[in-house]
Amino acid sequence: MSSSTAAPALPAAAGTSEPRASLWQVFLEFLVIGATSFGGVVPYLRNNLVVKRQWLDDKEFVEMLSISQSLPGLNATNMAVQVGEKLHGLLGSVVAVIGMCLPGGVLMYAAGIFYRLHGNHPWSTAALKGVAAAAVGLILATVVGLSKKSLASNYDFIFMAATVLAVNRFHWSVLRALVVIGIFAVLFHYPRKTKKVSATE
Amino acid sequence: MNQIPALIRVFSYLSLLTVGGGMAAFPEMKVLTVEVHKWLTFSQLIHLYSVGQMAPGPNMMMIVSIGQWAGGLPGAIVTVIAFFGPTALLAYIVTKTWKKLQKWPWRNSIEKGLAPVSIGLLLAGCFSMAKGAITGLETATIAVVTLLILLHYKINPALLVVGGAVVGLLTYLPK
Repeated sequence: MSSSTAAPALPAAAGTSEPRASLWQVFLEFLVIGATSFGGVVPYLRNNLVVKRQWLDDKEFVEMLSISQSLPGLNATNMAVQVGEKLHGLLGSVVAVIGMCLPGGVLMYAAGIFYRLHGNHPWSTAALKGVAAAAVGLILATVVGLSKKSLASNYDFIFMAATVLAVNRFHWSVLRALVVIGIFAVLFHYPRKTKKVSATE
Repeated sequence: MNQIPALIRVFSYLSLLTVGGGMAAFPEMKVLTVEVHKWLTFSQLIHLYSVGQMAPGPNMMMIVSIGQWAGGLPGAIVTVIAFFGPTALLAYIVTKTWKKLQKWPWRNSIEKGLAPVSIGLLLAGCFSMAKGAITGLETATIAVVTLLILLHYKINPALLVVGGAVVGLLTYLPK
């Protein structure tokens, strides 16, 4: 509130956590992103937060995105938490997440009721078969994209295949696969000082 | 029967499994919502998930529909809080401690190690869903064509899901 003369769009000096947006502005911006981000939130987040509002720069954005991806939780809400925190602390995180979830939530609330009433109509079942098949293709595309980006060695493909087999073939719970194979994979990538690979079996 | 406590339990647990994306939790979501609690059928789960891909915002907002079916408006609200609360809290804590974590040598190991496992979980979720969604040559074709288009062209994925609906109507509508 007691900020001195307005200094708009100054490049963020690292370390200062002075809020540059009001709580209401943060909520509104995430509400807009939550209502318009059809087909995946990441490009909309970047466009609205980096390009339009300049609340963060590209480097910060990429860094936050990589944190989002290695934590449990969806990119959309993990990004909202981080950006909200940067702009307005704990309350900023809270209003950003609410804004992000509200439009899609209201839409799916209505869609769920509509589906329950009319889901058995021949038109619905015909359309839904196509929709579900397209959704499978969409997830596969996500898997391919992520693999290209973050699978480095052949060993990584073994960890990936082991996870798929554990869940699909041996009916492990997702939690068990995540913990057991996750620990193996993390230990495999243990912090090395040099690039020398010694057999540790 | 009051389903609210069960909704909170199930969705806060599923929340922590969404490493890499919402789809990672799908096999577990199927077991808990379809087989254990019988809030909906497998094909309804597939349909809601798929319809959810056309909605803006986080791509798992279809959980709202499950919460609504099981417990009305209160059910929907507690489901959202249970599903996004735990991971949001974790993200908040990590954000606050990020500077310290940056110097921790294992941080990189965790990032590198979890990447293949989380991609594996997404793929496992995809296969689990495909068992119900890919029922013949027509649906397999729709999935493969969607995949190929997404790999080769920059197009909004939501549009392709709408396209899937149109192809579904043309293919399966009784004449």
